[in-house]
Amino acid sequence: MTGAPAFFIDPSRCIGCQACVNACAECESHRGHSMIHVDYVDRRSSIATVPTVCMHCENPTCAQVCPADAIKQDENGVVHSSLKPRCVACSNCVLACPFGVPTVLVEIEQMMKCDLCLDRTSVGKRPMCATVCPSQALAYVPPEEIERTRREKPVNVFVFGRQTVRTMNFMMAPPALDRIEVDVADYTWEVEG
Amino acid sequence: MSAPPAPRPPLWREEFPIREDEERYVTRRQFSRFLVLTSLGMFVGNVWILAKTWFRKEPAAVEARIAGASALAIGESTVFEYPAPGEPCLLIRTRDDRFVAFSQKCTHLSCAVVYSKERDRIECPCHLGFFSARDGRVLQGPPPRPLPRVLLERRGDDLYAVGLAGPEDGA
Repeated sequence: MTGAPAFFIDPSRCIGCQACVNACAECESHRGHSMIHVDYVDRRSSIATVPTVCMHCENPTCAQVCPADAIKQDENGVVHSSLKPRCVACSNCVLACPFGVPTVLVEIEQMMKCDLCLDRTSVGKRPMCATVCPSQALAYVPPEEIERTRREKPVNVFVFGRQTVRTMNFMMAPPALDRIEVDVADYTWEVEG
Repeated sequence: MSAPPAPRPPLWREEFPIREDEERYVTRRQFSRFLVLTSLGMFVGNVWILAKTWFRKEPAAVEARIAGASALAIGESTVFEYPAPGEPCLLIRTRDDRFVAFSQKCTHLSCAVVYSKERDRIECPCHLGFFSARDGRVLQGPPPRPLPRVLLERRGDDLYAVGLAGPEDGA
């Protein structure tokens, strides 16, 4: 293992086992609340699932829209949960995040989100979800190892309409792609008949 | 065509940055730490001053002959240096023919005080602080303490300064 490890997400490897969700919810800092969720892409026709963790944007949208100055990015680029004394639980971040990551815990009136398991990664351990993922759809390894073992290419540029987002975490994409473009129009359709 | 330079972020964004390492304002925790450390420093300083005061040795009384004392006319005053050179004192032969001596430094802001023959009192011209020529206590004005009195002793024709009386000595 060489180089600093990075977080790689490969939805094509996800088997929907929910191990990451349950492992995340075991953390004592937010026990019972998972900071990761696994979605079915189109359950009627496919068994494909996608795990969603915080991508840790370089210029985080959630923090930009926070009216209370409660969401902070540390010197490592990790975007943290809202600061408890400041958060007003307004859900601006929930609505603004292009990846759909933040959740507001209504009972404690605070937004909490994935912080890349800072308690573990800061001492050289892998995030809990990457530790338990049996198919390594969530992998926390050095970039050289990903390059050696995967056919897909890690991409960290996302285009949402007119917004371009660069992230710290990588999404595994087909080798032909340099960036992942998401247009809402691509996902709207009319039901025929 | 080159890309235009990135616009400078608005002032409010500089004051409330997203990145923690760009924070410029002191946090509550930093401020409390500053308060605690400053208070601790002042406490240690006070303890040091207190210890210094406790262990201070009283300087031994110096004796010095006052030159020209016998030539002083009634109601006149002269200046001598006691207990060390550069520390001027005022020797006064009062109207009732007594010799008294005080430090010449006003206890307010260390101006040189002078004896007023007409009013029989010691006057500081800087802020009109007046002292009694009898015992050095403050008659009016800003001085907070009486003038330190020099204890005198007559030996034959000569007058000797034999020590300084503090305010607690009933000067």
